[in-house]
Amino acid sequence: MDTNIEGQIKNLQEQIDDLKKKVTGVENTHKDQLSLVVMSGELDRVLASMIIAVGAAAMDTKVKMFFTFWASASLRDKKKKGKGKDFMSKMFGMMLPKGRNKLKLSKMNMAGMGPLMIKSLMKKQNVMSIDEMFKQAGELGVEINICEMSMNLMGFKKDEMIDYPKLDYAGVATFLADAGESRIQLFI
Amino acid sequence: MTQEELNALEIAKSVDARGTACPGPLLEAKKAIGTINSGDIMEIMSADEGTKKDIPKWANKKGHEYLGTVEESGFFKIYMKKK
Repeated sequence: MDTNIEGQIKNLQEQIDDLKKKVTGVENTHKDQLSLVVMSGELDRVLASMIIAVGAAAMDTKVKMFFTFWASASLRDKKKKGKGKDFMSKMFGMMLPKGRNKLKLSKMNMAGMGPLMIKSLMKKQNVMSIDEMFKQAGELGVEINICEMSMNLMGFKKDEMIDYPKLDYAGVATFLADAGESRIQLFI
Repeated sequence: MTQEELNALEIAKSVDARGTACPGPLLEAKKAIGTINSGDIMEIMSADEGTKKDIPKWANKKGHEYLGTVEESGFFKIYMKKK
């Protein structure tokens, strides 16, 4: 009889432990976290991404940005030079914008007039500049991941990317794992 | 709360965010809220219309109490109480 009760208790304990694990799992699946894929390399789209990221971080949401493809060019530092590039990489490097201040607009670019007009309007209306947004994002702990594959494809070198507090390189699995835990996922 | 009641509130901190547009005021409010105590009242001045909706949303998310908004000429004042 005694062994029977002990057995039952043990069984119940096991079930409780199992449930505890499941509850923790459920809690962890939906964090107050935003996963943002930034694929577009135009000024307007990168700006929108940064506004969302900074806004979310200001609301204490953890933000993980994943820059891929054309957007990776926006994270180049205009003052730095990537070393050891082959011919194709050099060509790509020349054709793609060298950093966030060289981005074009997706509409009304007008050979560079558009971005200048937008920037002067932003200043006039007290909208944070793109540089200021990156600075704020850094201070708020917004994480930026750059797609390793895009880096290789575009021929960018790590030594030509911006200095940013939480800058790292990752693959699609990192994004998927982070996105799976995030309450909000966006693709821009 | 009525406009008179809002104007008569004892404010622990006043944030002048009139020089910034979205998401500037939110950012300044977030930075300032860390400097006041629980139960204290904070005033946020802004000229950015979106802030009127943004601050209550943020306050609600963080559990702070949104008290109301007072219109001034060319800007407005938002009042909230820290959790």
